[in-house]
Amino acid sequence: MKLELGLFVFMLATFVGLEIIRKVSPLLHTPLMSLTNAISAIAVVGSIVITGRDHPWYITALGAVALFASMTNIVSGFLITDRMLKMFKTEPRTEPRR
Amino acid sequence: MKGGLAPIELVYLASAALFIFALSWMNAPRTARRGVIAGVLAMTLAVLGTLLTPGIVHWGAIAGAIAVGFVVGVPLSRVALTAVPQRTALSHAFGGLAAGLVGAAEYYLGLSAGGADLTRFRMSAISAEIILGFLTFTGSLMAAGKLQEVRWIPQRPVTYRFQNASNLALLAVAVVCGVALIARPAQLAFLFPVMIALSLAFGVLLIIPIGGADMPTVISLLNSYAGLSAVAMGFVLDNKLLVVAGALDGSSGLILSIIMCRAMNRSFTNVLFGAFGQVQQKAAAGEQRAVKQETPEGAAQALEQAQLVVVVPGYGLAVARAQQRVRELYDQLSRRGVDVRFAIHPVAGRMPGHMNVLLAEADIPYDKLVEMDDINPDMPQCDVCLVVGANDVVNPAARHEKTSPIYGMPIIDADKARLTIAIKRSMNPGFAGIENELYYAEHTYMLFGDAKQVVGELVKQLSGGSGMH
Repeated sequence: MKLELGLFVFMLATFVGLEIIRKVSPLLHTPLMSLTNAISAIAVVGSIVITGRDHPWYITALGAVALFASMTNIVSGFLITDRMLKMFKTEPRTEPRR
Repeated sequence: MKGGLAPIELVYLASAALFIFALSWMNAPRTARRGVIAGVLAMTLAVLGTLLTPGIVHWGAIAGAIAVGFVVGVPLSRVALTAVPQRTALSHAFGGLAAGLVGAAEYYLGLSAGGADLTRFRMSAISAEIILGFLTFTGSLMAAGKLQEVRWIPQRPVTYRFQNASNLALLAVAVVCGVALIARPAQLAFLFPVMIALSLAFGVLLIIPIGGADMPTVISLLNSYAGLSAVAMGFVLDNKLLVVAGALDGSSGLILSIIMCRAMNRSFTNVLFGAFGQVQQKAAAGEQRAVKQETPEGAAQALEQAQLVVVVPGYGLAVARAQQRVRELYDQLSRRGVDVRFAIHPVAGRMPGHMNVLLAEADIPYDKLVEMDDINPDMPQCDVCLVVGANDVVNPAARHEKTSPIYGMPIIDADKARLTIAIKRSMNPGFAGIENELYYAEHTYMLFGDAKQVVGELVKQLSGGSGMH
């Protein structure tokens, strides 16, 4: 039962993803990719559980490295996406003087 | 806990919905920043929810790893925008690494518990997670190295005999290891590190034969793999939020790769196994044809008298750091009432949408950044087309020269403008190593020199003789 449910969720999420991403303006494809980078760092959820539970030290170490990697992606992904999006304007920031 | 729904599941549900909102707000620049806020909110919910799961004892390790993540993540978000492709590739590498390590941890946990947990289904998911995660890890590291132009990573594609056959054989052996482990997870435990090593090696070998011009496609594809490895992790941990977020990332990477492939008229297999970007030997052997040169004065005059100027920027513009000068040129011309637009080819730059970000940084309004398909109908009305650092994307050979490697690739119709001015450092062919017949066309004039300097001179000419206004 678990497997079927998982596959259903996977299929539906993929279709939703395909539909949404198709509508994203090509103007924003670079920020889109950095945002999806941050979103796929949801692996953080798995890393926290592995790191946090009472396991042999080498398992904790594997989890901690995974947690570090995911956290880096979350932090840098969201920050750089916002930094890039701030630059998209319709009018120049300052009208240059003559 | 009505209906047997744990609070954590509700948190994950909200988080998944917010991720979907985050991506759908990315459809336009006006709402895009809202998307980032939704994404941050979703991630915070997911992390806090997970921290509340019972059984967590190693708080120090968690806090430490999170802190180091912040320490490394913040500087990574401040890189120059020309380095964003490398940063993105590096981030795919981290995503793959995280998935691979969690997969390995789950396997060894299952093994130390006697292997009863390692059902066929979980073991399949773990194998997929390991192979995808680790090949994404090394593949993305190689891609990041190539983009960063790290000295010991060759920039040009490296090819050898039976390359594709041996690479695929390697991957096949990794998959066979995975299948064997699914059948006998505990007895064949020695195969697990073998599978990891093979996946790591395959990632490296996959990227070695790929050249700079194909990086946009490869980065998109690796993006997709990173997402799929998160999906596999979701199956291993039976976590639907991971499946949803991973699937969103995977489909995003897939769509971007398809767009990139279409923009080059090539297939996935051709990008991955075609070793594009090797210098074409035979084309260069032909006769030397003459090009016509223009002076900055003449070019400035032509620009000033134009009604519609279309600038075709390429990665060469970013390499020369000419964005600011181009913006000054834009200011000078718009002030004279000239309609200046920028024609953006989907594969211009080193990743999808790269050119848009670089020009937006220079404060060029985004409504002036026009996609190829929207600008091409206007090209015959264009008085001056200024090509800055672009090459293959304006090569008319793509339309008719059947033997050309870029035959069939959609191009920006720079040759249909009344006058074309191409700024170029020298007559060296571009990344694809192909001669560009645009430069020899009747209405094309060349301005040789560094893009930043040449555009600077144009600006100087225009600001000096502002009597028109």
